[in-house]
Amino acid sequence: MSSDKLTLKQRYDRWMIKHGRVLVIGIPYLWLMLFFLIPFLIVLKISFATAEYAQPPYSSLFTWIDEGVNITINFGNYLFLLSDSLYISAYINSIRIAAISTVITLLIGYPMAYGIARAQGSLRSVLLMLVILPFWTSFLIRVYAWIGILDREGLINALLLNLGIISEPLIMRQTEFAVYIGIVYTYLPFMILPLYSTLEKMDVSLIEAALDLGCKPWKAFVRVTLPLSMPGILAGSLLVFIPSVGEFVIPELLGGPNTLMIGRTLWNEFFANRDWPIASSVAIAMLVFLVVPIMWFQHIQAKQAENGQ
Amino acid sequence: MSGKRSTFLLTMLVFGFAFLYVPILLVIIYSFNEGKLVTVWSGFSFKWYVSLFSNDGMIDAAWNSLRIGVMSATLALAIGTPAGLVMSRFGRFKSRTLFSGMVAAPLVMPEVITGLSLLLLFVTLEQLVGWPAGRGVTTIVIAHTTFCAAYVAVVVQSRLTGMDTSVEEAAMDLGAKPAKIFFVITLPMILPALMAGWLLSFTLSLDDLVIASFVAGPGSTTLPMKVFSSVRLGVSPEINALATLIILAVTILILISSLLILRSEKMRSRTIDPATIDD
Amino acid sequence: MSQGALQQAHEDVHKTQPWNNPDTVPFIRFENVTKKFGDFYAVDDVSLDIYRHELFALLGGSGCGKTTLLRMLAGFEEPTSGKIFIDGVDMAGVPPYERPTNMMFQSYALFPHMSVEQNVAFGLHQDGLPKSEIRTLVSDMLALVQMSKFATRKPHQLSGGQRQRVALARSLVKNPKVLLLDEPLGALDKKLREQTQFELVNIQEKVGTTFVMVTHDQEEAMTMASRISVMNDGVIKQTGTPFELYEYPNSRFTANFVGQVNLIEGVLVDDDEKYAIIRSDDADCDIYIDHAVQGHQGMTFWIAIRPERVRLITEKPEDTKYNCLSGKVEEIGYLGGLSTYHVRLDSGIRIKVTEPNSTRQIEPRYTWDDRVWATWESGAASVLSQ
Repeated sequence: MSSDKLTLKQRYDRWMIKHGRVLVIGIPYLWLMLFFLIPFLIVLKISFATAEYAQPPYSSLFTWIDEGVNITINFGNYLFLLSDSLYISAYINSIRIAAISTVITLLIGYPMAYGIARAQGSLRSVLLMLVILPFWTSFLIRVYAWIGILDREGLINALLLNLGIISEPLIMRQTEFAVYIGIVYTYLPFMILPLYSTLEKMDVSLIEAALDLGCKPWKAFVRVTLPLSMPGILAGSLLVFIPSVGEFVIPELLGGPNTLMIGRTLWNEFFANRDWPIASSVAIAMLVFLVVPIMWFQHIQAKQAENGQ
Repeated sequence: MSGKRSTFLLTMLVFGFAFLYVPILLVIIYSFNEGKLVTVWSGFSFKWYVSLFSNDGMIDAAWNSLRIGVMSATLALAIGTPAGLVMSRFGRFKSRTLFSGMVAAPLVMPEVITGLSLLLLFVTLEQLVGWPAGRGVTTIVIAHTTFCAAYVAVVVQSRLTGMDTSVEEAAMDLGAKPAKIFFVITLPMILPALMAGWLLSFTLSLDDLVIASFVAGPGSTTLPMKVFSSVRLGVSPEINALATLIILAVTILILISSLLILRSEKMRSRTIDPATIDD
Repeated sequence: MSQGALQQAHEDVHKTQPWNNPDTVPFIRFENVTKKFGDFYAVDDVSLDIYRHELFALLGGSGCGKTTLLRMLAGFEEPTSGKIFIDGVDMAGVPPYERPTNMMFQSYALFPHMSVEQNVAFGLHQDGLPKSEIRTLVSDMLALVQMSKFATRKPHQLSGGQRQRVALARSLVKNPKVLLLDEPLGALDKKLREQTQFELVNIQEKVGTTFVMVTHDQEEAMTMASRISVMNDGVIKQTGTPFELYEYPNSRFTANFVGQVNLIEGVLVDDDEKYAIIRSDDADCDIYIDHAVQGHQGMTFWIAIRPERVRLITEKPEDTKYNCLSGKVEEIGYLGGLSTYHVRLDSGIRIKVTEPNSTRQIEPRYTWDDRVWATWESGAASVLSQ
């Protein structure tokens, strides 16, 4: 395999180095530089500025005075993030909520994926399509569907009140519980699909061999199926955890005012408080304490997978 | 032996699919409700569909979203395809680590950060060079292209990595030069992946609320932005109607495409049987 | 070239054996070629000459460097050092699409989105030939490989054997100076493989192109090739005709790799211009060789004896001084046409013997634990120094 790569490298090396190769690398490279990398540098810059009533609403780091450039760096934003417990608890909350939701999603998704993988041919593809279908419909609308169900005047309360089970409507929307439901509901397909693809590829005769060698069914599951489906569990968990940790829409629509999550905090700093420098420093903090560790983890995972093969 | 296990799996499947589909079904049912209240069924009616179609703001937003979706998906293909090609076929080059980092990062980046950083870029650019003048469809398309290109790159890369390089080597061995190989051999072979990448990008663009909210300007409200601002205030029967239409459209598209896939697979399996064609 | 001229050319090949003629100019020449991947030497200082019209085989296990050598000839890899010449031209820096070689890939590498016809025509289109000429060449070539009926099929509608023919046609139609074949029959099942071996040889004789093929299957190489290079660890261990490799291996590696062999380690104790005697701890008699060996007394040698050259005797021979090892039959494998026996010698080592079952017998000749004596002609064994 490595020799194949080297071949193609050489082929492009020799014949496209002057024109084609540079162009092919250049287009995506420049685009990502301009619209992905440089923006972060700007965010970093503004996180050191001071909020002002101006357009744009922040102070300039560089001011021209007689002898040259005067640089004013303001660490106040970061000190503020540390001093106000709101930000730290929002960060911790995000991780906690995302982690708990991921576990719930796994507990629901695993048996579903297993059931689909063991289903008969045509039924299997129908079930699989039913898992994929919600993914293509609007995310916002799927979250919205739960408003009507969980609301104070929603369907569950109406039903329970009519049946006489409760006399006062339950508060379900605008709670952390609703946020869990929202995350599990919207990200369940992301958990099922990778789990399905590892479970489906797994050789059934491995379990038969375990049973044949005297393993009880549940033990065969714990000793054979579960360890072999670890890559799927990991992939699915990451696919759920990563987007939910920075989630804005679900806590905003289903969570209460006390359901603090870091994405929502950033949004509010920006849109409600119009404090661009604080929003920028929240973004930088998220980047350093959330995105970088996740990317690092994925990098190590990929390396391990490569070495494993 | 496995009776208990199958019962458990079956229960989980039924429960799981009910969990996935009951909320959607409720939205669809109540879109035909005469009254404004969600909880009370007061008769069948199309009136919310009529009201949806006479809501100019909503129609404009939908039109904006479709335009932005098509443009972003197309641009994302133009940028993501070479990126995927570079990742899978170019071996090592000087700044490869930075390159692959930039391709992979948008996939794990929280939307609020991507949105904020792009907005600050546009503001800074406008100050420095006067472009883009104000924010609107153009800035949204740029923003969507950036994160969709990453998805296209991943799809293309995984398709190319799974593809036997000897097919491309054979073309070269038979006298075709690299650029020609790409257009005559590689491109047709990854066409399904490109189509999937385009559709994925289109859907992601159509669905995005957070990034668009940051980089949109007056007059470029997208459908999710419009839906969000009305949903924030609670359930609205018009949104139920809109949701039903979206679900209908997606279901029809998916059914058609899976039927097409099924048919081509059937044709394939019919002709591949060597016993019937060996002489 | 006309049919007659091809015939003539081919007869000349058979007559002359160009590798034995010092005046013949080699058609393909590897000069001290080395290829490194990182720190790994895939090919280590290989020099090799291949002549026009040969069907040359590179034989070895996986990772021995044979495929890398072939890919360097095709231009997919550049040597780390050393030179490659084809028909007198230095190939350094010449990309694959400008080389006078074409390759048949192990996976066939047919373009899945093109029909059989389009696949075969692909290379001709790259040369910019006129359409009518392409059509003629393609249909002639498809007729040669008996695939005319399937011209409009797509690759996925073909069986493995048919794909193999299309791949052959596609690489042959450009009339390359050298055709490279990477495990050409590797993807076929056993029966089809045997039949196709001869077909390939026939086609090669018909078109007269120089073929260089890579294979791990020694039987395939022996059946098809005019000459074979046996490779191991990036090095050519021996080059020769199938006959030479089998009868005169130069090392234990070749002796083992080409066919089966019994190896007995010993020390030269006596020699002369006409004979040599080797004494081994593993043999209860001395081993007599009917020719001189290169080396001095006290030097270690290995005696290599093919299983079918050993005879088993059930009664103790009168003269047991030389080439007569006693032991017990330990394993018997009855294969119908022949039988194989594993004999445990009194010294503890085991030797393998095959005997043809050329006459019908009422009961097996030997049974387990029979005491036997294994003997051979004094000219039957090779003496190896490495």
